[in-house]
Amino acid sequence: MGLENVIAEALPEVLTTRLDSLINWARKSSLWPATFGLACCAIEMMNATSSRNDLARFGSEVFRASPRQADVMIVSGRVSRKMAPVLRRIYDQMPEPKWVISMGACATSGGVFDNYAIVQGVDKIVPVDVYIPGCPPRPEMLIHAVMMLQDKVMNESVRDRRDIPEEEAREAVVPGTLPITDGSTAQQNTLPESRPYTIASRHERRRST
Amino acid sequence: MTPEETPSSDTAPSPSVTALQREHPEWVREVIIAFGETTIVVPRENIADACTFLKTSPETRFDFLADICGADRGVEEEPRFEVNYHLFSTTKYHRVRLKVLLNEEDTHVPTVTGIWKTANWHERETFDLFGVIFDGHPDLRRILLPDDWQGHALRKDFPLRGYEPYSLK
Repeated sequence: MGLENVIAEALPEVLTTRLDSLINWARKSSLWPATFGLACCAIEMMNATSSRNDLARFGSEVFRASPRQADVMIVSGRVSRKMAPVLRRIYDQMPEPKWVISMGACATSGGVFDNYAIVQGVDKIVPVDVYIPGCPPRPEMLIHAVMMLQDKVMNESVRDRRDIPEEEAREAVVPGTLPITDGSTAQQNTLPESRPYTIASRHERRRST
Repeated sequence: MTPEETPSSDTAPSPSVTALQREHPEWVREVIIAFGETTIVVPRENIADACTFLKTSPETRFDFLADICGADRGVEEEPRFEVNYHLFSTTKYHRVRLKVLLNEEDTHVPTVTGIWKTANWHERETFDLFGVIFDGHPDLRRILLPDDWQGHALRKDFPLRGYEPYSLK
């Protein structure tokens, strides 16, 4: 969605190194995150933009209320199983180029929430560019992650990323979302006879020994 | 479950118990008094009638349904499930707990949404997490877990990590 796509399509053989460095510099200098706080890590994310830490020094302070205007999604906190389709939809609504920072232990791996309700790592839903450890990470760590992402952006090429065609994006159905059902759900929710456990939890392993 | 011995002042029957036992003794299967709290075990088919009586009787006036919650006593227990109704009277300022016991094979309970409207979401939650089906409920669908969820998460035999790893890929 821009000049770089037109040039890459019209002149596929032309080396675009200088153009890359210009566009990447512009992109890395204005990495706008989506306003998307999930849990306690979001407090640290907000703090990163405060006057003390001042994420604005690196061009990343403008949290956009609309995913259409955002470049970076900072997944700040544990992603519940019910929130996962919502998160995926917000990611799909962001225009290319887009990046994802997984902030904190819970977003990265599920953290202490090793149970059915929490997605064990947001990289099961969206591709992640930078992971931040910590519970929660300090704002300095988030700023460091933004700067690592800037380094990554500088090594990209405009040919690497393509916009999703508009009609395809509109037709896409986010997995995991269902239309609201009527009152007969009780019959639909009868449990199958036997479903094998894939991974025994720590709790179950302890009980079996 | 062995409730501890409580002081004699707590064991005095509450007005709700005496009123219910006097009018409809067949609705009172058992009365448990522990820790100063009164629990009446009610047969399943009488729960709606008992709730109506306790709400409208001038002695009790339980006009406020504080909570409905389910409980799973364990896979090997019989009866396995229980549904607890916590009632409170804003005029008399007293409380009582009604308990319905359910077998694993037949988890149907009459709804009390016609008596207290707040029972709607409480019963949906109990259905969502325990699989108790409230007959006559106007809109019995999941309220906390996602719509495409399989199983009921607070049952004791539900695996802690769920049935399969979750991924959108």
